[in-house]
Amino acid sequence: MTANVSIRIQQDDFDIAREIAGLTKGRSDIGAVVTFSGICRGSEDGASIAALTLEHYPGMAEAEIARHAETALSRWPLTGIRIIHRVGRLAPGENIVLVVTASQHRQAAFEAAEFLMDYLKANAPFWKRVEGADGASWIDTRDHDDAAAARWTKS
Amino acid sequence: MKLKYFAWVRERIGKSEETIEPPPGVDTIEQLIAWLARRGEAYAHAFETPRVIRAAIDHAHVKPDAAIKGAREIAFFPPMTGG
Repeated sequence: MTANVSIRIQQDDFDIAREIAGLTKGRSDIGAVVTFSGICRGSEDGASIAALTLEHYPGMAEAEIARHAETALSRWPLTGIRIIHRVGRLAPGENIVLVVTASQHRQAAFEAAEFLMDYLKANAPFWKRVEGADGASWIDTRDHDDAAAARWTKS
Repeated sequence: MKLKYFAWVRERIGKSEETIEPPPGVDTIEQLIAWLARRGEAYAHAFETPRVIRAAIDHAHVKPDAAIKGAREIAFFPPMTGG
């Protein structure tokens, strides 16, 4: 059966239960669903945050995430993938990103969700701007994000 | 070809996109960055540290030595911080 894949970039919030139901409803071949949600923290490196603004590259962001979803489907026996990335201004406590993976067994769902998040963080064209007490600034890349993505590359 | 800029590259240059015609001899991403950096103070500031600039040709990541011939859209941006 073909995998059920959906990728969305949107300003609006998402409903995790509805996204899970979208992958599992009417099917009896799924034994595991893993969800990861990324949430806006109220502080970064000890400094408090008023809000984050997410900018993206329309067209490329969708294409890049779709490429990663294809790679995940080729590496793990998944029945479905949902990826939602929000853009615009987000306050602490708000959802930023959602990855849902479904499979017959848990290992594939766990591994694929982690792979997708690591690749998304390092390669999908999104940028976070932080509004703090001292004005706004762009978040620097974290070297450990690149390292996290690199560990999935088989030599 | 169309150029697009994102995040602080866009802010420093002061525009999100423009159409340019690179002169002969500007054949790769790194040559294009060097050429753009000579277009004025704003561009020099945006491209002052070329090694941190990421590039994409027609929505796919490319390395600095990638050829720009035939590209419809080239984007320059800082390392990505989504997720």
